[in-house]
Amino acid sequence: MLALPDVLAAIILVALTAYVLFGGADFGGGAWDLLASGPRRTQQRDLIAHAIGPVWEANHVWLILAIVLLFTCFPKAFATIAISLHIPLTLMLIGIVLRGSAFVFQSYGGGGGRVFATASLVTPVLLGMCVGAVASGAVGTQGAGSREPFYQAYIGPWLTPFGFAVGLFALACFAFLAAVYLTLEARDAALQEDFRHRAIAAGAAVFAMAVIGLALFPQAPPVNDRVVALTAAAAIGAFWSLWRRRYRLARVAAAGEVTLILLGWGLAQHPYVLPPDLTIAGAAAPRITLELALIAVLGGAVVLFPSLYYLFKVFKAR
Amino acid sequence: MAVSLAFHIVFAVIGIAMPVLMVLAERRWLRTRDPVYLDLAKRWARGTAILFAVGAVSGTVLSFELGLLWPRFMELAGPIIGMPFSLEGFAFFTEAIFLGVYLYGWDKVSPPAHLLAGVLVAISGAASGIFVVIANAWMNTPVGFTLANGALTNIDPLAAMATPAALPQALHMTLAAYAATGLGVAGIHAFLLLRNRTSAFHRAALAIGLLVGAPAAVLQPITGDFAARYVARRQPVKLAAMEALYETRAGAPLTVGPGIKIPYGLSLLAFHDPHAVVMGLDSVPRDEWPNVPLVHLSFDVMVALGSYMALVGLWAAWLAVRKRDLTTRRRFLRAVAIAAPCGFIAIEAGWMVTELGRQPWVIFGVLKTADAVTPMPGLIVPFTAITLLYCGLAVIVGRLLYRQIVRSPA
Repeated sequence: MLALPDVLAAIILVALTAYVLFGGADFGGGAWDLLASGPRRTQQRDLIAHAIGPVWEANHVWLILAIVLLFTCFPKAFATIAISLHIPLTLMLIGIVLRGSAFVFQSYGGGGGRVFATASLVTPVLLGMCVGAVASGAVGTQGAGSREPFYQAYIGPWLTPFGFAVGLFALACFAFLAAVYLTLEARDAALQEDFRHRAIAAGAAVFAMAVIGLALFPQAPPVNDRVVALTAAAAIGAFWSLWRRRYRLARVAAAGEVTLILLGWGLAQHPYVLPPDLTIAGAAAPRITLELALIAVLGGAVVLFPSLYYLFKVFKAR
Repeated sequence: MAVSLAFHIVFAVIGIAMPVLMVLAERRWLRTRDPVYLDLAKRWARGTAILFAVGAVSGTVLSFELGLLWPRFMELAGPIIGMPFSLEGFAFFTEAIFLGVYLYGWDKVSPPAHLLAGVLVAISGAASGIFVVIANAWMNTPVGFTLANGALTNIDPLAAMATPAALPQALHMTLAAYAATGLGVAGIHAFLLLRNRTSAFHRAALAIGLLVGAPAAVLQPITGDFAARYVARRQPVKLAAMEALYETRAGAPLTVGPGIKIPYGLSLLAFHDPHAVVMGLDSVPRDEWPNVPLVHLSFDVMVALGSYMALVGLWAAWLAVRKRDLTTRRRFLRAVAIAAPCGFIAIEAGWMVTELGRQPWVIFGVLKTADAVTPMPGLIVPFTAITLLYCGLAVIVGRLLYRQIVRSPA
């Protein structure tokens, strides 16, 4: 029987995973908007805008859900993160605001395409750096709010080579997902080929950054071998199906690969919410809060999943 | 924090009420098949989309910022008020999903399904607003825990959600959203009608704007009275600041503007009894006073503008009952046009009353704002950056809204 705090931590990880799989792809789309090139540059941008339009706001809510659950269920962890990572989180928020509003302004004829694309490139890196700071234990070892020098307390935890590697890794993942999804959105073969090439390139970048990131990890990485093997299998499956132009299979494999990466992160950290000291149980809110949060999540899911299904059925039927 | 909230509240309020306008217009289109209404529904849907997107991102900013600026507040209060925030998350999700369907689904789903999507947007928008206000109400009247050594124990999140201020605040804020947006839209079109009297487009927009805004504006003073009486009982210091009442006394007079006092007025308003004792600021130490002049001024501004809007609402109702054509009466149109910005100014003022009136506390009687704030030095930098960002956003949103919604059809 799983302990209640673990269940809620798992739900938060699921929400984050959903954010990466859906919202991440929207950021990746922005990156490809910036990198649009070749004779079909305009068509590429149109396809991206068309694909993101109906769904990006709903996709974005996954992040809000993860944060809300984090501060409800693990308030101590949230407070520590909010203090140590104040700077990258604020920058990330500015990126989110610029990305979202620039996209809307662009859709309604207000310009801002370049802002949308640039913010899409920078925001995932910052998100990855925050995750890297948590995973490496740098946030956990900072006594939040202690009297350390400014640099050590507020910049040191995240501005590290490892953090930067995780940031780029996140960007590569998002771009990879976006390119794979866009092969299915594209209606004409040439456009499909464009994104197939991009997907393969981004997939290679994901692999490269994974190797670099693991090499830079401060200690011996506590990874679960079985999950690593599955991730590798999914990655190979994604490359193979992209090679053979089996796009639907590629989508499943790519999403599976990224899900397994996040699962691997979660398992590597368990039982800590902020390694090396703060455990999931230690940071958890009182039981009644956790129980109610779980009920709210389950109740919310009853409303949410049919609605989401409907949304994707209407717009993403292929 | 305050700056983000001040902007967010306007985006959010329009985001709550605009879907109602859009749904009403679409229903009239389905009934009458008059293309003016279809045009209106589409324009208001675009307006909702723009504001929702900006509201969504500024809402994300807020959910982080609560922790970035007040980590101790979230650490203490998260387990208790996380509940309404979680529910808000789901309401917001629903709104995002069906707004997507509404905006991009004009020719992908059937007309009834499309209208239903719009209704769901309006309902979930109102619900998410209410959940957020409940969290704020808890900061005003915190309940559902025992305070021991600076920690909250024995917490009961459900009791916290049923905090006494929740109902009056939620009613007052939701009506404010409808009144401000409804009269805001009506006012803009009234102004344009004054210049171009024949436009069927502006006439239709005025009518729907009034339909939403006028009843809300008329009912608002009642919920305001309801809210004020709760404040009188639960947060007497806030009431004292609102009314600039320095001494505790029975039969307290009501101060309206400099030097004008209505005898017994305050006792009568706050407790419905002319001889009731009203607590003054002298009931708490000087260092627990809010900024009295600012709170008092904000309160008077809110009441004055709200009263004006209620009068405009009554005027509209009276004309409508007598079946007069609202759109040809220049004096009425002028009055409505003046009411357009009033609701938004009143909302900002009312928000200042409730937030500044609670200072120096962030959780009334439990945690002081100064103890909640992040230890990070140099907060002025992110503060300035976010302020500038929002100012830029506001300018662009304003320009886009004008281009997309208000400008007369070609």
